[in-house]
Amino acid sequence: MTTLEEYLKDRREQEWRVELRKKLKGKERTDIPRVHMPEVDPNERVKYQNMEVNTGLSKEQAIVEASRCMDCANPTCMEGCPVQINIPEFIKNIERNEFGEAAATLKQTSALPAVCGRVCPQEKQCEEKCFYKTKLNKEAVAIGYLERFAADWERESGSISIPECAPSNGIKVATIGSGPSSLSFAGDMIKLGYDVTVFEALHEIGGVLKYGIPEFRLPNSIVDTELENMKQMGVKFEKNFIVGRTASFDQLKEDGFKGFFVGSGAGLPRFMNIPGENYNGIMSSNEYLTRVNLMNASSDEFDTPVLKGKNVAVIGGGNTAMDSVRTAKRLGAERAMIVYRRSRAEMPARVEEVKHAIEEGIEFINLANPLEYYADETGRVNKMRLQHMELGEPDASGRRKPVEVEGLESEIDVDLVVVAVGVSPNPLIPACLPDLKVSKWGTIEVGENMQSSIPVIFAGGDIVRGGATVILAMGDGRNAAKSMHEYLSENN
Amino acid sequence: MNRIVEKEFFSKNVVKLVVEAPMIAKSRKPGNFIILRVSENGERIPLTIAGADEQKGTITIIAQTVGVSTEKLAKMNVGDSLHDLVGPLGKATEIHNVGTILACGGGVGIAPLLPIIEGFKKAGNRVISVLAARSKDLIILEDEVRKWSDEVIIMTDDGSHGKKGLVTQGAEEVILREKVDECIAIGPAIMMKFTSLLTKKYNIPTQASLNALMVDGTGMCGACRVTVGGKTKFTCVDGPEFDAHQIDFDEMMMRLGGYKKEEKADMEQYMSK
Repeated sequence: MTTLEEYLKDRREQEWRVELRKKLKGKERTDIPRVHMPEVDPNERVKYQNMEVNTGLSKEQAIVEASRCMDCANPTCMEGCPVQINIPEFIKNIERNEFGEAAATLKQTSALPAVCGRVCPQEKQCEEKCFYKTKLNKEAVAIGYLERFAADWERESGSISIPECAPSNGIKVATIGSGPSSLSFAGDMIKLGYDVTVFEALHEIGGVLKYGIPEFRLPNSIVDTELENMKQMGVKFEKNFIVGRTASFDQLKEDGFKGFFVGSGAGLPRFMNIPGENYNGIMSSNEYLTRVNLMNASSDEFDTPVLKGKNVAVIGGGNTAMDSVRTAKRLGAERAMIVYRRSRAEMPARVEEVKHAIEEGIEFINLANPLEYYADETGRVNKMRLQHMELGEPDASGRRKPVEVEGLESEIDVDLVVVAVGVSPNPLIPACLPDLKVSKWGTIEVGENMQSSIPVIFAGGDIVRGGATVILAMGDGRNAAKSMHEYLSENN
Repeated sequence: MNRIVEKEFFSKNVVKLVVEAPMIAKSRKPGNFIILRVSENGERIPLTIAGADEQKGTITIIAQTVGVSTEKLAKMNVGDSLHDLVGPLGKATEIHNVGTILACGGGVGIAPLLPIIEGFKKAGNRVISVLAARSKDLIILEDEVRKWSDEVIIMTDDGSHGKKGLVTQGAEEVILREKVDECIAIGPAIMMKFTSLLTKKYNIPTQASLNALMVDGTGMCGACRVTVGGKTKFTCVDGPEFDAHQIDFDEMMMRLGGYKKEEKADMEQYMSK
């Protein structure tokens, strides 16, 4: 059995890779500057909820960027990828104009390449470990942009490759939730020949990909294309089905399901519990984004309403806060503000999101935390009081801890507030499985192989990690698929 | 799937629908609710399950037309299918044998009260039901409630049926003449608030079933949050029933009005078509 290392070496020594490396000298490659992603002008794009900001690389741009990749003997970029995409192989396929092959390479390890290319924090993952960054102190190869390019090219070409699946083994497995961890799990299990059903509580498949991430970052139509591919491979989807409520785990076992993957996510909003937080016009980011992204509330054609504001404050500094504040801008806010207790540099959001937000005119009120909200006589929020902070010593996470500056407070007019300070694991599944070991924060406890305290139940993604990223969830899904396959093979 | 098999108007604005939902019919318990969408661009709205027939695989929902979505729902016919239907949601009512139950239902709140009355009666309790509404045609499910109650008192604002007066008057009459061990109140928020204030006076443990605004109904968004005993709870996963004496009803009623402007505008637009 080949190890990953041996496999990569073998692929690297294929004749086409060897020839391609010879085509350009090292310096010819490293002299090329990193490509700039074409973007819609900020003044134009803030008018539309549905307009993607990044428009994608052209063929020519992609090939030139791909040629920057040195096809390293030891591809450190792969160490940064939670799903271990064969990065040099897909990039070199782009360089030699074999875009379909590039997409196929991506699909060997990622069920959702068009998604990852758009939403991964590459600057903290693959690109952080790129040879250019670590050894040359130059901008990394734009691995994310290239991944998006290959996936988009394949989708637009109409000839989408369906990965090969092993012959059906007749064993039924279920996922609970249809977000990135479940989809990733389902994608691997179907390839191994299992009979896979994805159960989703909401009326749309995709989890956070559909309800959480806005259209201007990740169009729902792209998620739908990936889902269609999975359907073609034989994955079954059941909407409006809450495992544990609509039918119990025992009932599903009676129906023949042998293994379960819980990917129910961190869909439980967190509030700050400060005075006035229950006034009208103050909502969680989950509520705000679900109304707009899932229920299309900004469109007159759809019945669900969303509250709009002139002076909108979003509390938080992560990707969800960015998504919320940029949505508010698009829905007509005159002032769309981020209120975050640490400095701008320490905001955990993706670098590109912060950059786009600044271009769009988002105001950043850093080193500030809300203390209290006030409302008019109808109970609608109209003002908030802020505590201002300064940075003190680093805390356990290594980031400098914000410290209140005694007496330094201010008030701002707001008529809409979105609280995006984090999410917690959704309690539905743990509530219906009393024997399931759950941490004090509500996360399902699993071993390194993603198996829970109940042997036939595996879990991954935010229900295990708390609010994290799409790609980490996908890595968990892959890990769980491998482990469940081993477990079911031994125990059947 | 989700086909409507029976439809009946109790009054101009109150409609009963029986819907095919075999899995929900089997797994639901008194106190649970469902979320439905009438069409692809519809809202998700919560409605309590008023009854279920496990043999036939159907559930019964009763709705009052209060806005665009319920108007659209009331216009659906036998043979039509709901676009989406999910459940059972919410915590089931805690049903136990305590002695005497005082069940107070206001208007369309009588619908979710019915399965609870049935549950408590089956558990061996003495059940006294007080049904209240503005007028006779808004008193619903009277026969069904009688089937599961030892006594039924009807109160109407205009005296067109039963006695003239509010639910609290009917309830106090019962409390003053016999020992009541527990009270359940379901109806408009203001009705539940005043019923709760009444039973608090007499130290009678009381559950109220809240009708907060919801979006997903599965605990994900917090739109349905209420303050109970000083803590934030989610109506859809911690409720819909709570210890009435601990509920901040004023805050709840304020939050129910959060989309009044938008709802009014949508209704005007819908009616003008």
